Amino acid sequence: MANFDITSKERDGMGPHGTQVGLLRVLGPAHVWALGVGIVLVGEYMGWNFAVGKGGAYAALVACWFAGILYTCVAMIDSEVTSTVAAAGGQYTQAKHIIGPLMAFNVGLYLVFAYTMLEAANAITAGYLISQVAALTGYAGTLDQQPFIVLAIVFLAWLNYRGVLATLTFNLVITAIAFSAIIILFLATSGVFGGGMMRHADLMADNAALPYGWIGILAAMHFGLWYYLGIEGTTQAAEEVRSPARALPFGTLAGIMTLLIAATLTWYVCTGLIPWEYLGDGTNGSVAPLFDAARLTGSQPLVWLLGVGTLFATLASANGCINDASRAWFALGRDKYLPGWFGAVHPRFRTPYRSIVFLVPIALAFALKVPLDQVITFSILSGLLEYTFMPLNMILFRRKWPMGKIKRGYEHPFHPLPALTLLALCAITFVAVFLGYGTQLVAMIAFYIVASLWFHFWRYRFVNRGAQFTMPWPRPEGY
Amino acid sequence: MAHYVAPKQSKISQLFDVAVLLALTFGALYLPLLLKLAGGGKSVPDGAPTTWEGMGQNATEIAQYNALGFTDPAAVADIINARFDYSFSWGALILMFVIIVGYYVMMLRLSDREYRDVISEKFDK
Repeated sequence: MANFDITSKERDGMGPHGTQVGLLRVLGPAHVWALGVGIVLVGEYMGWNFAVGKGGAYAALVACWFAGILYTCVAMIDSEVTSTVAAAGGQYTQAKHIIGPLMAFNVGLYLVFAYTMLEAANAITAGYLISQVAALTGYAGTLDQQPFIVLAIVFLAWLNYRGVLATLTFNLVITAIAFSAIIILFLATSGVFGGGMMRHADLMADNAALPYGWIGILAAMHFGLWYYLGIEGTTQAAEEVRSPARALPFGTLAGIMTLLIAATLTWYVCTGLIPWEYLGDGTNGSVAPLFDAARLTGSQPLVWLLGVGTLFATLASANGCINDASRAWFALGRDKYLPGWFGAVHPRFRTPYRSIVFLVPIALAFALKVPLDQVITFSILSGLLEYTFMPLNMILFRRKWPMGKIKRGYEHPFHPLPALTLLALCAITFVAVFLGYGTQLVAMIAFYIVASLWFHFWRYRFVNRGAQFTMPWPRPEGY
Repeated sequence: MAHYVAPKQSKISQLFDVAVLLALTFGALYLPLLLKLAGGGKSVPDGAPTTWEGMGQNATEIAQYNALGFTDPAAVADIINARFDYSFSWGALILMFVIIVGYYVMMLRLSDREYRDVISEKFDK
């Protein structure tokens, strides 16, 4: 057993990278919950409904639950590994210690792209929502959404630049409001207190139930990920929480439970009020389905509540994405996987400020120029490649440091069942993505292959070898 | 293993590396869009109906569309009639899996080679 105790509250173990100033350890479990749920909850407010378009309402429900199992496995694995490898970069740092530098480089890129594309999708939705509010309040023309997209991204980047505590406290408040709005909409429409408005039987009659049959269920898995995509982002807070061993498992597992509830309620309310064809078209039809569901209730307070909920969910998600993408980019820079210039911490605000600023124009380029479903697909593909890495990582983690060899902050049960389940569900989702977006998938993998060769044969020469291994663990078994 | 000392990278070279990575990124993400190879599109069959009855909408569905502000069925006909085409080639599917598996195998092998150097330098004093 190593002497190092991961559960120690005195721990501040990320010094060896050579940075003069470290990130600030100020976050608690509620901030971790706010980071994870804040990033993901927007998936309930927009995007998940493409799954309805891909296979119908029942297909979206099956996808919701299968994706829920996939993410429960992700949360279990993440909770164990991250509570033990508690450093910025999350899965990138895990890969660096467990699999090797090239895998780590790829995982770092998955993280940056998944979060940056998600941030772009959020900004697009915020711009759309503001145009809808303008129309509902009597504006006759067509509102230009682009200034609002730019404003949302720049404001949140500024907030992130200024400090992590304010950023995630802001997330905590607006995420709690957005989650409460879903609960209130469900209570008001489901008939729990009488006066139910649900029309499932009529809206899912005949061909509407499963318009494409079983292949539609398979296809729906692609966008089923959107219900939960980003919960794994809690790991990026690892270097800024006061107690990684307690806060990370608690925040992550509470987060996935919150999302399972929110996703199921969202499906129930929206499919009970909105015809499936309109609901399933997230580009020309229902861009913000919970907001549309509120409109269909005819209740003005609910319309405003869900309007605010949608806006808050998009802002919380974009905010969390900026936080996570910048930590991953920062960690890559700190290890010289990217130019070391990105590995700097702001001397006063203690944030990875250069990485935050650098990623702003990239997010804008996609938010302003690429359609929503394509941006979402780019994000999902990067996420999917990351989830495929996670079971490999978990199996090797247990093999190289068996139980008892190092102290873990959390030990997930039933190993290797969650890892194998996750791997099988990833394979199914690859087929789902293939049914419609195979070209993007192949293009992305081609990118990662070229980037990997570039890293292995060129970039890696600037990386010190032994210094990458920063955890105070014993030598891995078999090496 | 001898201690490896990484060379110092010039600022120009660092900038060049960032530019390469950005070019690769934008290329991978934008090329399918520019070449119109991005999938996901639905299509509306020729001569698709544009009346509520013709599109198979029942009274509840019509009422919900009306409540959403669509009283003219032609305004939502494209949304209602559009369908995905899920026909696919088994060969293309198998090729996709070969590419994915090949990618991970390549990464695991090259990573393992690099990892052995890291462990060796870290633990062999």
